[in-house]
Amino acid sequence: MKTALAERAADVRAAWPPLPRRTRPPRTLLTIRTPISRRVTTTLTVASLAVPFTFWVVLSASGVVPATFLPSPGAVLSAGWEMARSGELAVDVWTTTRRVLEGFGLAVLVSVPLGILIGTFHAAQAVFEPVIGLLRYLPASAFIPLLIIWLGLGEPSKIAILFIGTVFFNTLMTADVVRGVPRPLIDVSYTLGARRGEVLRKVVVPHSLPGIIDAVRVNAAAAWNFVVVAELVNSTAGLGYRIVRAQRFLQTDKIFAVLVVIGVIGVTIDVALRLVRARVGRWAA
Amino acid sequence: MTLELVDVSMSYPQRGGPKLALDGVNLTVSPREFLCVVGASGSGKSTLLSLVAGLTTPTSGEITIEGHPITGPGPDRGLVFQTGSLYPWRTVERNVAFGLELLALDAAERRRRVDWYLAETGLADVRRSLPRQLSGGQQQRVAIARALVCEPDVLLLDEPFGALDVQTKEDMQLLIRQIWRDTGTTVLMVTHDVEEAVFLGTRVVVLASDPGRVAAEARIPLAEDRDLATKRTPAFLGLRASIEDMVRAQHRCGVTR
Ligand SMILES: Nc1ncnc2c1ncn2[C@@H]1O[C@H](COP(=O)(O)OP(=O)(O)O)[C@@H](O)[C@H]1O
Ligand SMILES: [Mg+2]
Repeated sequence: MKTALAERAADVRAAWPPLPRRTRPPRTLLTIRTPISRRVTTTLTVASLAVPFTFWVVLSASGVVPATFLPSPGAVLSAGWEMARSGELAVDVWTTTRRVLEGFGLAVLVSVPLGILIGTFHAAQAVFEPVIGLLRYLPASAFIPLLIIWLGLGEPSKIAILFIGTVFFNTLMTADVVRGVPRPLIDVSYTLGARRGEVLRKVVVPHSLPGIIDAVRVNAAAAWNFVVVAELVNSTAGLGYRIVRAQRFLQTDKIFAVLVVIGVIGVTIDVALRLVRARVGRWAA
Repeated sequence: MTLELVDVSMSYPQRGGPKLALDGVNLTVSPREFLCVVGASGSGKSTLLSLVAGLTTPTSGEITIEGHPITGPGPDRGLVFQTGSLYPWRTVERNVAFGLELLALDAAERRRRVDWYLAETGLADVRRSLPRQLSGGQQQRVAIARALVCEPDVLLLDEPFGALDVQTKEDMQLLIRQIWRDTGTTVLMVTHDVEEAVFLGTRVVVLASDPGRVAAEARIPLAEDRDLATKRTPAFLGLRASIEDMVRAQHRCGVTR
């Protein structure tokens, strides 16, 4: 009985055509998650910067686009040099940086502890998460007129915009990181005799620290965006203010120079935070 | 120390009615005993240990240690999970020291104790390594040393060698036997591996599945001195076969029901 069944099964299979075989395509530059050589990496990175730059040089030199619209790299460089020499640039950079330090610094001071609470206690989550989830969708730039009415044209309104623009995101991102602390780690800490506060201090916070720095890095970029927006609207110093001034006199070379400065400072902050993250999160590598 | 479970039931809330994970478990762990609980996956082994550890509260029944009811987790009941419970940012020695850092101990006293357990578990050479630099077996040694340094009344082991390869597992079995004899601690270990349970235990309890309950138990009358050769003796093989039959019987009736 059993053998007859087996025989029939074999007969059925015998009638099948062979399964088609798939050929494996060769490895290329675009094989998923396959490392490429150092030389290729360098070439691609250099090209990604050199090609647009060359395009810029050629376009501005050819005269197809008027210099008022697209200044040459040389003009941008000398405009930047001029601003640096007159001391104007240093004042603008410091004014803007100080606003970021104050506004975003305040946001970090509030959002990190708040995020830790939300990620740790369900009660805190129930209280804060819905409100913050809503608030973060209100665009910070839309608050500028309101904040000027409330706080005036001075520093407080600018710092408030930075704060509003970053505090909610940083809170929710911190809470997410904290929620990622593995349950067994918390459980085992209690069995080793830790109390609630000790579990928070000695387990939850250290485990979350690299992720929190990541969140801060992402939102630092946002802060850097908001400060310029705030300065575009009203101010008497700062990089955003310098752009508006330059616009009035059609000094596109100056605008470009300020943009380059903004970019360089942004990258510097990013690299610095990456280094801190790499140092703090060595254990996670 | 005596650990006693009286009529302990545990059900988890779930959509479509509560899920009964343990049903009327009665169990006594005597001082210096090495009790192994075997059961299939899902038979409530982890639930049992979590209850004894005090991380969860039974739906009904009572768990006492030296006659005192358990109200929450504490260092008198050290717990070791299968994997992934080391502090990844702490070195081996600082992982082991965690429980002692919470106590009013001076550094020298702490160090003396940590050193002893690092030596006992064969970790002295990797004391400054991070967990991710260790093999699976070494990581489990750290977890065991970290629990033991708090001098628990009972050591709770939740399939501690379940994720290890066979050779490493045997090394670890010998190690835990040695630790048990050296420290005189009481051990409550759960595993799905009958051979392991018979080799390590002074007594084996078989857990039936769905809901988890005590189905059978057997004393293991093997000599105190056990080595890997013990696993080939007729006495060992006979015990192992009879307990495997019990587990299989429980599993079958679980499947056909
Ligand atoms: N937190 C939980 N919520 C709901 N059901 C659970 C939970 N933990 C375990 N269970 C259920 O309880 C039963 C026993 O689980 P567990 O104790 O983990 O078994 P074991 O460790 O023997 O594999 C399983 O059916 C499992 O699905
Ligand atoms: Mg389990």
